Amino acid sequence: MKRYGFLWMIAILLIGTMAACSDNSSSSSDGGSGGEGKIELFSWWTAGGESEGLQALMDQFKEEHPDIEIENAAVAGGGGSNAKAVLANRMQGGDPPSTFQVHGGDELLAGWVAADKMQPLNDLYEKNNWKEVFPQELIDMVSKDGNIYAVPVDVHRGNVVFYNKSVFEENNIEPPKDWNEFLEVAEELKSNGITPLALGDKNVWPSTMVFESILQANLGAEDYNKLWNGEIPMDDERVVKSAEMFKKVLGYVNEDHSARAWQDGSQLVADGKAAMNIMGDWANGYYKSKDLKPGEDYGWFASPGTEGEFQVITDTFGLPKGVENPEQVKEFLTVLGSKKGQDAFNPKKGSIPARTDTDMSKYGKYSTDTIKDFKNAKLTPSLAHGSAAPEQVVTKVNQAVNVFVTQQKVDQFIESLKQSVSSLK
Amino acid sequence: MAKRLTKPLVYVILIAFSLFYLMPVYVLIVTSLKPFDQISLDTMWQLPSTIDLSSYSTAFSKLAPNIMNSFYLVIPATLLSALFGSLNGYVLSKWKFKGSELVFTAILFGMFIPYQSILIPLIVFLRDLGLYNSIPGLIFTHVVYGLPITTLMFRNFYANIPNSMLESAKIDGANFLKIYGRIMFPLSISGFVVVAIWQFTNIWNEFLFAVSLTQSDQQPVMVALQNLAGSQVVQWNVQMAGALLAALPTLLVYILVGKYFVRGLLAGSVKG
Amino acid sequence: MIKGSSDRIWSIIFILPSIILIGIFVYGFISWTGYVSLSEWRSLVPDYSFAGFENYLNLFKDFRFQADIRNTIFFTILFIGAVAIMGQLLAVLIDQNIKGESVFRNLFLFPMALSFVVTGVVWQWLLNPSTGVNLLLEKIGLSPKWYISTEVLFGIPIGKIEFGIPVAIIAIVIAAVWQMTGFSLAMYLAGLRGIPEELKEAARIDGASEWKLYRKVIFPQLRPITMSVIIIMAHISLKIFDLIYAMTGPGANYVTDVPALYMFEKTFRAQDYASGAAIAMILLISVAVFIIPYLLMNRRED
Repeated sequence: MKRYGFLWMIAILLIGTMAACSDNSSSSSDGGSGGEGKIELFSWWTAGGESEGLQALMDQFKEEHPDIEIENAAVAGGGGSNAKAVLANRMQGGDPPSTFQVHGGDELLAGWVAADKMQPLNDLYEKNNWKEVFPQELIDMVSKDGNIYAVPVDVHRGNVVFYNKSVFEENNIEPPKDWNEFLEVAEELKSNGITPLALGDKNVWPSTMVFESILQANLGAEDYNKLWNGEIPMDDERVVKSAEMFKKVLGYVNEDHSARAWQDGSQLVADGKAAMNIMGDWANGYYKSKDLKPGEDYGWFASPGTEGEFQVITDTFGLPKGVENPEQVKEFLTVLGSKKGQDAFNPKKGSIPARTDTDMSKYGKYSTDTIKDFKNAKLTPSLAHGSAAPEQVVTKVNQAVNVFVTQQKVDQFIESLKQSVSSLK
Repeated sequence: MAKRLTKPLVYVILIAFSLFYLMPVYVLIVTSLKPFDQISLDTMWQLPSTIDLSSYSTAFSKLAPNIMNSFYLVIPATLLSALFGSLNGYVLSKWKFKGSELVFTAILFGMFIPYQSILIPLIVFLRDLGLYNSIPGLIFTHVVYGLPITTLMFRNFYANIPNSMLESAKIDGANFLKIYGRIMFPLSISGFVVVAIWQFTNIWNEFLFAVSLTQSDQQPVMVALQNLAGSQVVQWNVQMAGALLAALPTLLVYILVGKYFVRGLLAGSVKG
Repeated sequence: MIKGSSDRIWSIIFILPSIILIGIFVYGFISWTGYVSLSEWRSLVPDYSFAGFENYLNLFKDFRFQADIRNTIFFTILFIGAVAIMGQLLAVLIDQNIKGESVFRNLFLFPMALSFVVTGVVWQWLLNPSTGVNLLLEKIGLSPKWYISTEVLFGIPIGKIEFGIPVAIIAIVIAAVWQMTGFSLAMYLAGLRGIPEELKEAARIDGASEWKLYRKVIFPQLRPITMSVIIIMAHISLKIFDLIYAMTGPGANYVTDVPALYMFEKTFRAQDYASGAAIAMILLISVAVFIIPYLLMNRRED
């Protein structure tokens, strides 16, 4: 008899779960998203401050519209790459979410807008007077041919150097103002046995951010942007100079950079093993979660030579075509763009609001400083985060950078960069 | 009479390997017990100064809503794909027909398609069948893409069973189904164990189909596990606590079905 | 074999659903992928106009793809070899009627139960050259650079790359073997237990030594199992994604990059669907090249 024990186990399990499952599936038959009366909010904010911010925003919406159901459909993983894949599949498969997170700039414009998948939101901007409260340069990052396609909810800054204050004090150094000064400072730090620049480029984009900072310093904000629309060629001598500088800078990074993700790179600065780290200002959130005090334990300055310029990374939400309840989605976007919505979201996420008229008292020391800079600085889109150029180009530039970091052949690098942007013309 | 391998030596080797296998598990457990601000690469080996179970409660509260979805998914999918695999393996090893080798190879080949490249037609197809965004749809997908591997495993298990046993059963008047039920099925219990281990583990841990074919309240636990990580800062203590919690059902399966690895069962039926 | 016609019909009925499903979900979808790989679909807008083999040619000229091919070849060889040998060794050891069999078995299986995403990170930490296992190894005078090494062993320049064994890939092999050996152990164990006791007894009565028993009786009986292990591990190694993604990413100079990673980036980051599909097709074609000999070998054995 014992021999049949196994068979019985299988049979019972199968029947049991089939029954449970058929129960379960009946409730899901209305499954498809964007159904009447429901908003599906797609993002890659699944944990920590990001998801708390998102929750606060959703709570704000529920308070104003208790009759509309809203669902959080966040997908995690590596800086949004999983979410982007799922999104692409759903859009191609004809099942768009009600609204989704996308970086302003080319990720939105050369991607979804060019693919004719988005609806313009000009009427929403008119109705809410948003043209007055969002900086024009930011609106340009979500507009094409006179139509505005998305509402920015937050802003992060890309060209920031975070540094360990006590390391700077012990070595008697000041924040460098340009890249030549950086090299001097780096040399001194190195001779004192401290890694001058922490880098964690396991996912490649952190090195691209370093190169991008150097490029922007050498070309200036305006010409830097021309690089990505093909008006300035990649073999411009300032690009070559930047590549050579990048090569020198790479001589001052930690040896195990490719073994570290960005937060392991930032950790080196937190531990005082490295002096500086070029990183977007989400690193501020990381330091805070490690119980470090802004302005005391760590400080920040604009990456050398880019003072007065602000590299923008902005998360925006738009309205895809084919959504069943566009009016309800617009209600949500209205909350998203409102002062209350932005002030609910951003302090929790650790970003600054995209609006320039929000309540400063809600933000911490780093953010208030950054909000001031945001109002006055010249805004430029970031390449590493998909705003400055189409994703095709970004992927190829990342590829070129990754090879350059190891091989350090300037000629070959310039050649690869030229190829990366060749599809732009 | 030759001696079996000397026992003490066997234990020494096994324990040495065990230590190697436990090294990453140690890091996992230690990290999951630390508060987030104590986690850094340099202190990965150190025991936590105080034991902090909060990462387990955080992980549990986020994983719990999705855990039943995973059971509804994994149990039927595992059993169905094992059953289909065993029948296919039976036919392809003992009832060969003209071109059966070709059929076998064609089925086998299905194992190698990179799933990332077929997601778009899959979504469209499942939507047409009305199975998109539902657990039955996910079960269906896993059963279909599990066919190659389960068929392969069973065919190769059955290949070892002597044809003479079937011949004598046929002479006794047993038909296709009786031979399966009386001879092949009991003989392949350790095969079922292996297939169950494989399918259960893989479907439980599978992420790509789960995240692409289902949304929020239909999603299995592995999606919830990944969602413990944010896009910018990853709380490794919570992530690792979650991974350990999510691995418990699989471990339970190993312990439960592992019982059926015992040798006596097989030796007995071969004699019979 | 004796043929009963009703039995014959039953056997066809049982296998037919599988054939139909595989026909649609595997071959139908592969055809679609093949079609896309020959198209101009290089943005979010599907564009099915015919591009010929342009996508393929671009890939073969690409430094990154060349590195991917090299990495996959050596990863697959090292990984399959290690998993098959370790699995067989551990299975034989566990099969010695030892105490605590189930403890050892579950212990070796346990890594498989863990999500790749997390084990990838644990191994990334363990094999980080400045912390991790090197803290121990340094005491005996070793300090391997593991996955941050960009060295290529026995390298000869072919195309744009150095062709040889990338040192960094060894680190990935260790992690992957750790995770998957449990399964090959289970398969070999099931195989060992499927061998009728009589066979072993007969050999022992003939006075065969234990070593000879394994070599002449047991290992030959395990051959179909080894075949399964090789094929299953081959499909894992060709499609490996999560582990590498979590552990090292593409690596400096693409020393740990694999086609699945590149395909994911090409398709979903760069929105270059045609090239992504072309990578999938190249993988499939190379698999076919290995499976056809297997089919022929099966034929010969019958």
